[in-house]
Amino acid sequence: MTNENSILSAIEPELADTIVQGRRDVFAKYAKAAGIMTSAPLVLALASNQAFGQSLPKVIEDTLNFALTLEYLEAAFYDMGNKSGVVPSQYRSVFRTIGAHENAHVKLLKSVLGSAAVAAPGVDFTAGGKFADVWENFDTFLTLSQTFEDLGVAAYKGQAGNLIGSAEVLTVALQIHSVEARHASEVRRIGLKFGWDGAFDKPLSKSAVLAAATPFLA
Amino acid sequence: MTNESSLSRRHLLKWTGAGATIAVAGAFLPNFGISAALGAELGEGDIGVLNYAYALEQLEAAFYTQVLETPFTSMQVNDERILRQIRDHEIAHRDFLKGALGRNAIPALEVDFSAVDFSSRASVLGTADVFENLGVAAYNGAGQLISNADYLVAAGSIVSIEARHAAAIADLLKPFSAEAVGRGNVDSKGLDKALLPSKVLKAAAPFIVTPVTAATLP
Repeated sequence: MTNENSILSAIEPELADTIVQGRRDVFAKYAKAAGIMTSAPLVLALASNQAFGQSLPKVIEDTLNFALTLEYLEAAFYDMGNKSGVVPSQYRSVFRTIGAHENAHVKLLKSVLGSAAVAAPGVDFTAGGKFADVWENFDTFLTLSQTFEDLGVAAYKGQAGNLIGSAEVLTVALQIHSVEARHASEVRRIGLKFGWDGAFDKPLSKSAVLAAATPFLA
Repeated sequence: MTNESSLSRRHLLKWTGAGATIAVAGAFLPNFGISAALGAELGEGDIGVLNYAYALEQLEAAFYTQVLETPFTSMQVNDERILRQIRDHEIAHRDFLKGALGRNAIPALEVDFSAVDFSSRASVLGTADVFENLGVAAYNGAGQLISNADYLVAAGSIVSIEARHAAAIADLLKPFSAEAVGRGNVDSKGLDKALLPSKVLKAAAPFIVTPVTAATLP
């Protein structure tokens, strides 16, 4: 678990800025625009599973593509991890279920975004060799899993303000957000920790999330 | 996990500051919580949603307080340390919301846990499972009713903790299971539940003696 601190320490210093400044910037910038948006295309997209991506407001499109990028990353991580044999048998049910959820999130977000959906990024879960044993050492795998799940929770939370005024999209984002939190809790538990860190979860800005995720994008 | 970071404190202080703003704004609004003897009307707009959350957190805090005061037969160390943390979180959520609402807060609710057998681990954890999952669905469904971005992030910072609790309780009931990462609550699209206040209040009603009404919430 020694790697964990190095990853998280890369995130932590940015939290203060995120909370104080990130919210102010992001919300000031987008809240007004989001407030006047109609979410009708999304209602249709969600109901019919058809792609109405081109008619999505830009801020919603950007936010959902950001979420989709993280979901691609998570889905790839569990697809590779579950095939690699790194997961001990007693935890396979947990990680298969998490993997199925992440793939479902990818599918859902792609269906909402339609032709506006970004392509899946290339991935490198060794982060250039820093986590070279990720598919052999369960501790390393677990460290990265917790990082991605906690990051996902903070990322969705940080973007929620962009979706005010688009009730259906916001609700779907919240419905994904709490699933990521369930994952994070159980992954921490498997790592012999509490499932949380305090009574309130912190949001992270888009830039802080991308900074944490970038080492794993090839 | 034992030490709350200074960041969290700052975060809280900031929210409490936001709460002071509501209290001031509330001076121009009817004081919905005044008629304690007649019950609790949650109120409208963001205040109504915050009171709704406050009602649920009161219920949860009271439940876990009772759980720790009258521990079930042969409570294991692991059960206790997790339940104790959850209790502390629910109290922190309750007090945070009360502070944010100021004079607009509904009164303390009288609860009824006569349906719970506090001497039974299965009864206690089964009830905890219901409360945590109800809380997750409630916050997920209420997000779209919040118009202030700061309150939305605050609600988001609570709901993911509730989801982490739900996973921890599910893990205590069935360690390292698919249920511990959401099976039973998460659908085939990878989405958690989202319920509107009317449904949640109906589900919570058997545990709350004080009549709670939400005339303007859906």
